[in-house]
Amino acid sequence: MSDEMDFEEGGAVKKFMFVNRKAPYGTVYALEGLEVVLISAAFDQDVSLAFVDDGVFQLVKGQKTDGVEMKNFSPTYRALEGYDIEKLYVERESMEARGLSEDDLLVDVQIMSAAEIGDMMAQQDVVISF
Amino acid sequence: MLHIVNKSPFDTGSLASVLRVAKKDGGAVLLIEDGVYAATKNSATEASLKAAGMPVYVLQPDADARGLQSRLMDGVNMVDYGGFVDLVAGHDNVQSWL
Repeated sequence: MSDEMDFEEGGAVKKFMFVNRKAPYGTVYALEGLEVVLISAAFDQDVSLAFVDDGVFQLVKGQKTDGVEMKNFSPTYRALEGYDIEKLYVERESMEARGLSEDDLLVDVQIMSAAEIGDMMAQQDVVISF
Repeated sequence: MLHIVNKSPFDTGSLASVLRVAKKDGGAVLLIEDGVYAATKNSATEASLKAAGMPVYVLQPDADARGLQSRLMDGVNMVDYGGFVDLVAGHDNVQSWL
């Protein structure tokens, strides 16, 4: 039986993790990754997001993009809860190396050590990287 | 000489190369795009910028887009797009460290 069949029968729920490692705006990875996360919500899967390396910058409060004439997509991270995507993990080491604390982030997240992120990653059925 | 850095210092070694190679006398560093993250207060790169020995400029619209308005280290100079042009015109030559 294909996975596609499983989706249609509502049977198989897989664990998907989206690993975000790029800063917003400098490349299109962050925005494209967010689009795929939103699409994944339609499939009622077990979705989590991990923010590692420069990916942590995606969640910084106070992004104001008028001056660069790009879409500020950061409010979308706060809307994920409405799509039942509530597992947001941020690696502590990446956050601290960038001079950031949990108070600098625009959405509630779980702060994890690198090892804990690695454990979560190892538990997934599918890991998708942006 | 004006040295322009547009990549995150946490992702590539561009800024480190500038700070290693650039002639400090008459030199200046302009951080744009993801390069602006180097000037984040309390970050791992703050100390290296403080020790740059050259004036450091940050393109304000790029810092604002990334939410860094109140999170930038002391001692950097903010410029707008007009200031970017003035910096380019005010130096004999320019190197973009892509």
